[in-house]
Amino acid sequence: MARVVVNVALKPEILDPQGRAVQGAFGRLGLTGVTDVRQGKQFVLTVDGEVTPAKLEEIKHIAETLLSNPVIEDFTVEVQA
Amino acid sequence: MSSRIGVVTFPGSLDDKDAARAVTLAGAEAVPLWHADATLHGVDAVVLPGGFSYGDYLRCGAIARFAPVMEPLINAAREGMPVLGICNGFQILCESHLLPGALTRNDHLHFICRDQRLEITNTTSAWTKNFDMNQEIVVPLKNGEGGYVADERTLDQLEAEGRVIARYLELNPNGSRRDIAGICNEAGNVVGLMPHPEHAVEALTGPTVDGLGFFTSVLKSLVENGKVLA
Repeated sequence: MARVVVNVALKPEILDPQGRAVQGAFGRLGLTGVTDVRQGKQFVLTVDGEVTPAKLEEIKHIAETLLSNPVIEDFTVEVQA
Repeated sequence: MSSRIGVVTFPGSLDDKDAARAVTLAGAEAVPLWHADATLHGVDAVVLPGGFSYGDYLRCGAIARFAPVMEPLINAAREGMPVLGICNGFQILCESHLLPGALTRNDHLHFICRDQRLEITNTTSAWTKNFDMNQEIVVPLKNGEGGYVADERTLDQLEAEGRVIARYLELNPNGSRRDIAGICNEAGNVVGLMPHPEHAVEALTGPTVDGLGFFTSVLKSLVENGKVLA
């Protein structure tokens, strides 16, 4: 069994009001010096057997078509042993 | 023979009944379509209604975009069949890449529900041809993720080609770029609109009956295109 982690985040130029709201709470909890917060999503895929290059390509396709919207989001795909 | 206009129900759709009612009041036959349908049952046009398809999980409209009914719908839309996506339907059309851009969370983070003034800025699309240019209308608006975004080049192109079909007046309720409330595709048959014209079709329940214009527009369009006899 292997794990593939897909991280999805809004592109830097897209406003992230949720991240900004989270950042607003930092000050109330006493944390200072944080200049920006961006909120994203993480998908942890458990894969039966080995993650072959072909399987990884399929997962990247899903990351690009379903898990992220390339108009507003970037994604990364990471295989964990 | 009256026009047959399909209204798709996804799990979590809310405004399918109101959309069907608006279609009926405009003088067409409303045909219920189910998300799992593999065909469009021969309808002349389709409305994708508002709501929270699949609970808005993942992204608004992202899962509905892969529902079985979307495959024949996307093909038919590319061939010129009129499609109107309202609110969640607009989000689904963007996720399907039938319309450019995307809808993101309101810049102020609050769900908003109000009667909204709009300016109609396109009178050639299949769903707006019964309006006058620069006509002001008032219809309800209710969304949490209604901020229209696209890159500057796409926004410039939409404006240059007259594809912004409606803009917000008075105030921009959700942070949409360039006050955009609705857009159409290049051919003008596919329209996405964040406010809800289907809630403004009767004096008893709506702020106005301005919303009817979208539904009477498509009937006119179908007659003009020879799809339906007048």
